Amino acid sequence: MTSTTSTMTPPAGDAGRPAAAGASTGPAIAALITEAPVPQPTLAKTFAAMMAREFRVLRRNAVGTFTRAVMQPLLFVFVFTYVMPKIGGGFMFGGASTAAGAGGAAGVAASSVNFATILVPGLMASMLLMQGIMAVTFPLVMEFSWQRTIEDRALAPVPIGVLATQKIVAGAAQAFIGALIVFPIVLVVHAAGQAPHVHVTNWPLLVVILVTASLLTASLGLLLGTVMDPRKMQMLFAVILLPATMLGCVYYPWAALHQIRWLQYLVLINPMVYMSEGLRAVLTPGSAHMAMWAILTVLVGGTVIFGYLGARTFTRRVLN
Amino acid sequence: MTDSAMQPPAARATAGAGTAIRTEDLRKTYKTPRGDVPAVRGIDLNVPSGELFGLLGPNGAGKSTTIGMLTTLVLPTGGRAWVAGIDVVADPVGVKRRIGVVTQNNTLDMQLTVTENLEFRSRFFGLGTREATRRAHQLIDAFGLGDRRKAMATDLSGGQARRLLIARALVHRPEVLFLDEPTAGLDPQTRVNLWDILGVLHDQGQSILLTTHYMEEAEALCDRIAVVDHGEVLAAGTVDELKDGTGADTVITVRYEGEVPDGLAADTGLAGRPGVGKVETDHDRIRVFASEPDGVLGELVAAGARAGLTVRDAAQLKPSLETVFLNLTGREYRE
Repeated sequence: MTSTTSTMTPPAGDAGRPAAAGASTGPAIAALITEAPVPQPTLAKTFAAMMAREFRVLRRNAVGTFTRAVMQPLLFVFVFTYVMPKIGGGFMFGGASTAAGAGGAAGVAASSVNFATILVPGLMASMLLMQGIMAVTFPLVMEFSWQRTIEDRALAPVPIGVLATQKIVAGAAQAFIGALIVFPIVLVVHAAGQAPHVHVTNWPLLVVILVTASLLTASLGLLLGTVMDPRKMQMLFAVILLPATMLGCVYYPWAALHQIRWLQYLVLINPMVYMSEGLRAVLTPGSAHMAMWAILTVLVGGTVIFGYLGARTFTRRVLN
Repeated sequence: MTDSAMQPPAARATAGAGTAIRTEDLRKTYKTPRGDVPAVRGIDLNVPSGELFGLLGPNGAGKSTTIGMLTTLVLPTGGRAWVAGIDVVADPVGVKRRIGVVTQNNTLDMQLTVTENLEFRSRFFGLGTREATRRAHQLIDAFGLGDRRKAMATDLSGGQARRLLIARALVHRPEVLFLDEPTAGLDPQTRVNLWDILGVLHDQGQSILLTTHYMEEAEALCDRIAVVDHGEVLAAGTVDELKDGTGADTVITVRYEGEVPDGLAADTGLAGRPGVGKVETDHDRIRVFASEPDGVLGELVAAGARAGLTVRDAAQLKPSLETVFLNLTGREYRE
């Protein structure tokens, strides 16, 4: 230990700054400033770039996303429209003709409706909810926790509200795609004689229902993602997804609930009901369904309300 | 966000050209269930374009909150701030277009590769696809990430991630670059390497504001420094101005061959001399804090000789930013 402390004092002034980077990197770094393109950001360009980013990620994770999306509805239709009718004959889910079955309970309006017919719109609606939440809530909770990666996107040259809107649109696109994937599966998988009666007469209305339902689930996803405590994510299934699905007229039409009056009114608070019933109305007109005005009012109104609340909490959490 | 949002040109005119950052009594108080917590209590800054300005302060001093307000992600609760001449509250989008930000935490897009992180950021800032790709490659080469081009952002080392974060902040050639503790947690090589990069950027006229709690970093890099603690600027100026202005002492240390006997320190006659502060004895050495250090070393050597002790080594340490910093923040604690 000689001349102990003097090394601790760097030379004063400019000499204290390290010499320019090595000959190789120095000019390259300098060129980043001198030879930089001039960016002309517009809201549309930034929005489009953010959507392009979502689709790049979606494409990269395509196999995983597809598998996750398909397994639940595939197994569901397989068990309930193939296995059950085969092993049980008319027992339980056998379909229309037995008054005791779930399909039989639907016999309010059309006694010819089998369980597969009820499941097609129901499982598509369930898919919309799952995908909307998976695509928005889960990534958002990650982005807000730990490293707060949300700050990266928040620094893009657009208002925070646009960022929230982009999250909804991207989530809705994924939910929409999910529903389209489920459709052929629930259409094709069934035992002989158990084919669903799908008949679309109003294609534009089908698109409207699908789009508004997708936007509704994505808006709900945004709201949940901004209010959920990341440590309680597993509660999402128990408290939101499971009740929404089981009591969302996925496995039975709303009209059939008239046997249990209190439940028929209670489930009206569940947005899922209107998605299932909306798709039921346009895909399987043969089965009883809720009035279209009620369905559209809730789908559009719900999107606006959840979207507004979600964007508000989102902005509050991004800007602190 | 009401009146002023209607008149961005007026806001722009206020700060004037050639100013990278200006704040007037900037404040942030967080409302918590336990009451109001003031994080920043009235900060005034004026950073001309092209300057490398440092906010130096301990953890929790309010540095990150200040950067947060300047980069539009934290809403001020009082005062005003302009970045590149634009009011941060009235026109946050205008500010975001003109700034590059390197946050303390790793905010890379973990779903994307190194190249994609840069490409998409470029596209967020309005570059076309082809332009974005070209810019990404330029940045990758300049930051020495060539062999990690296709790596996912999750697979980068700490140093690589930090380089990519800085590269990403530069995609749109920001007018002002913000770096929140850019070298925290990095190994010494990576750290010096980043200093080099910041030096080159600064030489090219890039306005930079960085926060740090490393004195040597502030001392090595910054044109000017503001020492911040408890949400207030305690002192601001060049490193030399800070050293001169805060009454920090030169420290003279003499180490003898053996244990310093009692009374030797008194024998020097230094204690109580004008221009001399504290005289400390520490095993085999005596340390003197003096604002007028002339002759102190001689006295220490002579006193040693009288006591039969030879001097092993001696050092005269000019006040460092560290002594300045501890002086300032220490004073604050005593109040």
